[in-house]
Amino acid sequence: MHELPVTQSILDVVLRHAERHQVKKIHAINLAIGALSDLQDEWIQSYFDYIGKGTLAEGAKLKIERVPVVFRCRACAGEFEADVREMRDITCPTCGKGDLELVSGREYYIKSMEAE
Amino acid sequence: MSDVRLIEIKEDILSDNAGLAEELRRRLREKKTFLLNLMSSPGSGKTSLILRTIEKLRDEFSIGVLEADIDSMVDAEKVASRGVQAVQLKTGGFCHLDAAMVRTGLDAFDLDGLDLVIIENVGNLVCPAEFDTGSTKNAMILSVPEGDDKPLKYPLMFSVCHALVVNKVDYLGLSDFSMELLRERVKKLNPDISLFEASCKTGQGIDGWTDWLAGEMRKHLK
Ligand SMILES: Nc1nc2c(ncn2[C@@H]2O[C@H](COP(=O)(O)OP(=O)(O)O)[C@@H](O)[C@H]2O)c(=O)[nH]1
Ligand SMILES: [Mg+2]
Ligand SMILES: [Zn+2]
Repeated sequence: MHELPVTQSILDVVLRHAERHQVKKIHAINLAIGALSDLQDEWIQSYFDYIGKGTLAEGAKLKIERVPVVFRCRACAGEFEADVREMRDITCPTCGKGDLELVSGREYYIKSMEAE
Repeated sequence: MSDVRLIEIKEDILSDNAGLAEELRRRLREKKTFLLNLMSSPGSGKTSLILRTIEKLRDEFSIGVLEADIDSMVDAEKVASRGVQAVQLKTGGFCHLDAAMVRTGLDAFDLDGLDLVIIENVGNLVCPAEFDTGSTKNAMILSVPEGDDKPLKYPLMFSVCHALVVNKVDYLGLSDFSMELLRERVKKLNPDISLFEASCKTGQGIDGWTDWLAGEMRKHLK
């Protein structure tokens, strides 16, 4: 649901780095977004196309990789991947306990950009 | 297209926000101001609970309200009419507040004179759960008409909150809402959460909530 603010933050971060590296044009941005985020790739791209107009990042392509949801069990310290669609009653596959810590799946990570 | 190069960035939007939120929390500790982030679906009773809370606590504490209800001045006016400072944030259709927006809002207050600032976050159980606002504590409202299955649908929101107010208990009995089942589902996600049953309409159970809040505030202001 929060495509707009997230996209704005992506643009801000990328432009800050572009300035630092004296970039003339940004062609693509590589992102890693957690599977727990309900952001739709198409929406992020179209928001980006809109707010990026007139900046160095105008027309840049967003390449989005999805990061799986991983939990760590507080009881046995085992880590396991979970299916986002079956988030109702998650328990540790090793010991069966339900006291879990989220290791990944929520990130909005900007890995790199392709620029000249 | 000759010399396109790969430039590493390695920044996480959420962790940038988390850093800013920590900075805010430090500032609030120095100023001895308690920041409460109140979240819920639209219409669950955020404004009503804020008004009830002001009524109970304003003799003991000086209170401000940071209003983020989408594109409306109504709530800020309602609150200001109780003689409490209110600041309206222009969220422009944003689905949540982040730490940067909260900082902007707090800049409009004189924190030296304030013990408590309550954020009325944007009405939504998804996005506000993801972004740390820099608050001292998070609280949420679930109202009885929304149903007892909400913890299953919005687990993150229930797990980031320190207190849950189950509001509109005057509606209990009119649907198959089960308080027992709700408690069980909530405690499974978040065993440490404090849960209060209340009605902002009748005033029932409000004391339990305000006692908790005042207790947390005294700990913080010490
Ligand atoms: N019956 C009943 N109605 C309530 C209660 N709390 C709030 N309301 C009503 O619910 C509606 C929405 O409340 P409001 O505080 O504006 O919700 P907000 O959108 O979360 O700020 C209003 O008409 C309130 O009068 C309650 O405990 N019982
Ligand atoms: Mg309201
Ligand atoms: Zn385990």
